Amino acid sequence: MNKVNVEWVIEKLLFISAISSSFIVFFIIIFMLHEGIPALAIGWDFFFGMDWSPSNNQFGIFPIVVSTFVVGIGSLLIAAFIGIPAAVYLAEFSPRWVHSIVKPCVEMLVGIPSIVLGFFGLMVLIPLIRDSLGGWGECILAGWIILAIMTLPHVISISEDSIRAVPKGFKEASVALGATELQTIRKVILPNARSGILASLILGMGNAIGETMAVLMVIGNPNIPWIPSSILEPVSVLTSVIVIGINYAVWGSMHQHALFAIGIVLFAIVAILNAITTTVIRKGVSR
Amino acid sequence: MKVRENVVKIGLCSTSLMAVAALFIVVAYVFFNGAGIINLSFLLESPYRFEYGGIFPQIIGSLCLVGICLLFAVPLGVASAIYLVEYAPDNIVTASVRFFIECLAGIPSIVIGLFGLVFLVYRLGLGISMLSGGLTLGFMILPWTVRASEEAIKTVPYSYMEASLALGASKWQSIYGVILKSAYPGIITGILLGMGKAMGETAVVLLTAGSGLESFLPQSILDPVASLPVYIYMLATQGHTEASYSRAFGASLVLITMFLIISMFAMFLRNRYITRNSGF
Amino acid sequence: MCHSFYFGGGDIMRSKTKTKSKKITIGMRVSIVGIIVFAALFAGCIGDNDIKTLTVAGSTTVLPINQECARLMMDTNPGLKISVSGGGSGHGIKSVGAGEINIGAASRDIKSEEMETYPDLKAVGVGKDSVAIVVNRANSINGLTMDEVSKIFAGEITNWKEVGGEDSKIRVLTREDGSGTREVFEKYVLKPSLRDISKEASVKPSNGEVRATVKTDDKSIGYLSLGYVDTSIKALGIDGVEATVENVLAGNYPIVRTLYLVTNGEPDKLESEFIDFVLSNDGQGVVEEMGYISVK
Repeated sequence: MNKVNVEWVIEKLLFISAISSSFIVFFIIIFMLHEGIPALAIGWDFFFGMDWSPSNNQFGIFPIVVSTFVVGIGSLLIAAFIGIPAAVYLAEFSPRWVHSIVKPCVEMLVGIPSIVLGFFGLMVLIPLIRDSLGGWGECILAGWIILAIMTLPHVISISEDSIRAVPKGFKEASVALGATELQTIRKVILPNARSGILASLILGMGNAIGETMAVLMVIGNPNIPWIPSSILEPVSVLTSVIVIGINYAVWGSMHQHALFAIGIVLFAIVAILNAITTTVIRKGVSR
Repeated sequence: MKVRENVVKIGLCSTSLMAVAALFIVVAYVFFNGAGIINLSFLLESPYRFEYGGIFPQIIGSLCLVGICLLFAVPLGVASAIYLVEYAPDNIVTASVRFFIECLAGIPSIVIGLFGLVFLVYRLGLGISMLSGGLTLGFMILPWTVRASEEAIKTVPYSYMEASLALGASKWQSIYGVILKSAYPGIITGILLGMGKAMGETAVVLLTAGSGLESFLPQSILDPVASLPVYIYMLATQGHTEASYSRAFGASLVLITMFLIISMFAMFLRNRYITRNSGF
Repeated sequence: MCHSFYFGGGDIMRSKTKTKSKKITIGMRVSIVGIIVFAALFAGCIGDNDIKTLTVAGSTTVLPINQECARLMMDTNPGLKISVSGGGSGHGIKSVGAGEINIGAASRDIKSEEMETYPDLKAVGVGKDSVAIVVNRANSINGLTMDEVSKIFAGEITNWKEVGGEDSKIRVLTREDGSGTREVFEKYVLKPSLRDISKEASVKPSNGEVRATVKTDDKSIGYLSLGYVDTSIKALGIDGVEATVENVLAGNYPIVRTLYLVTNGEPDKLESEFIDFVLSNDGQGVVEEMGYISVK
């Protein structure tokens, strides 16, 4: 009798834990909405306004959203350009000893704190870009490079896993038909690993867009952001606007509400990207 | 034809070397600039006048923040995982719990930081403090602990559970005595990885825990607390002298070292228990 | 999702679980030690609670004064703990109004909205400050007229040669919206000629960051609190008047503002002890040492 009660209590306790874990998300959404709705209610001028100038009561985030995507997509292209070939190499060609060195290094790269990467960018990358390419140094390009370093390990690891997941028989069949190794990779392995690779890229982009400190330190943050026309121009991204603004916004003002609304927009973008990833993976599995 | 294949292979190889090079360049740069400042007094003194002194309160602050974060996230995460794997009925409640936890993993850290600021700091009145910072970090790593624990628990063969039940143990006794014991290493690995993530996180701590330059050790969990990432941020962006840059590099080196120790430990555990003889 | 690759290999584990029992005890021991270390650290942090504590937060301009005064006060009163942090003027006022901290620091006047929300706020001026226009040391220019300054910051003058310097583009640095320093700068420099800060200006969220950027970028121009001016950069004269403490005191330099400590209602004993210390000769000595202007 007593034993049954204990079991019952424990089960309920575990249930409460699980429920409260999920309630945190619920709370986050409610509080973010509560703080952000006054700004979201501005509507068109908030989402499509061209000027972000809190002191003039202008809260247009369109150029910031565009810049965020420019920075996110660009860094991803760099990461894909390096990461996918690296994943192919690691999965198909690398000798065991190379793999045993490269793989842990790539995983360690995930963990270099973003603040350290940002500091590295500030001290090395920005003077380098300023002296060799002109401009202020703090620009989209610097953001691309720093974010590419951050997303690279995700792209490599997940792509490698999905290349390895392609059944060996496919490869053997292709080679038996007289295709060279490279032809096999291009025509058989990569198309079959496509969904995994795509998922890694979308996920990488979600991470890049949500990244805060490293980007903040290298992208320049103009006073009133505009839609960039060159990779040497400074930009603001959603996360950097929040961090810069939050300490100085008068609490309860539209400025503060707008910063929380930016948080909601950021959350929505990343949630959509994650949903796409999940769909892509599911499609890949069912195929 | 053979030549072309080899050229492409070398090309592919060099891309993976680029990834490794990125790691080495960053780590070596930080090491060469930061190693000079590291000595006992740097590690054991308090900072003063912005850019002088050591980083003792920052190191302790970071450890305390991660400690609170784990105290919050680990019990809750492991308990949630046990429930989801072993107890949860296959219904809408379970599905939505899973969905929400998945969602939490996708929320950018800055948004979690804003939530910590408005909910813990202002609404609950905890102030900019160690507790607010630690809990907010806990929200951030919670989904990782849930997921790691779930994966670890799932790897324990169901026959263990059956054997335990057949010997007369109750369900909870079986879970506690058999499943958790077998799943331990996997859970610890997940926790260590979450710990590394929490330790390097800057934005959340900046919004909820303190300005990074606090020169005192926290006296209570409601005091603002310094931390290494925020200290680095302050000195890196606001400093302009050799003294501040070298200290920022020194602190970065300490942070990276702490992180590497944690993740090597995690890799060691993982290799030891999980993939030692797998296909690699 | 993205970390799932760490936990792969579950199926392999299933097949070799038989051999694990000894290793598990090692893992358990290690983790128990880890938990104990954390618990000890945690307990150490909580420690004894009978120490008197005072929390101060707010403006980054006032931060150096507060930090140094807190250090001096704590040296003479071992039982006293003062925790000083930054966060900006807005944060300081909001937190003191909401009762989360004892004293807020502000480098601007309390705004009417803030007074509405927290009607009991009391501000005490503890120092005066000015805003200096600064450029890189390598810049050949030593002074500008007020009109030139406002045109440069508004983006109407974009090349150094237009004001007598070399032929290169000007990079304008500014503080973020809501910063006390920016507000004062706009009030004295831009508002009289109805200009706004150029949209291309780079936002730097602290005085220290403006100074660090001006030091490393020889084309840049910025403005910062007089207390942050040092030999690593060059402060420009405005209309022939150097940005020095003497000129601000004499009323020759055109920009001046007051630095405040804010309490919610009348300060209690501990709070007034801190404010009194900042206002004392020692405290005002710190104010001057940090490059600001004493209120006496």
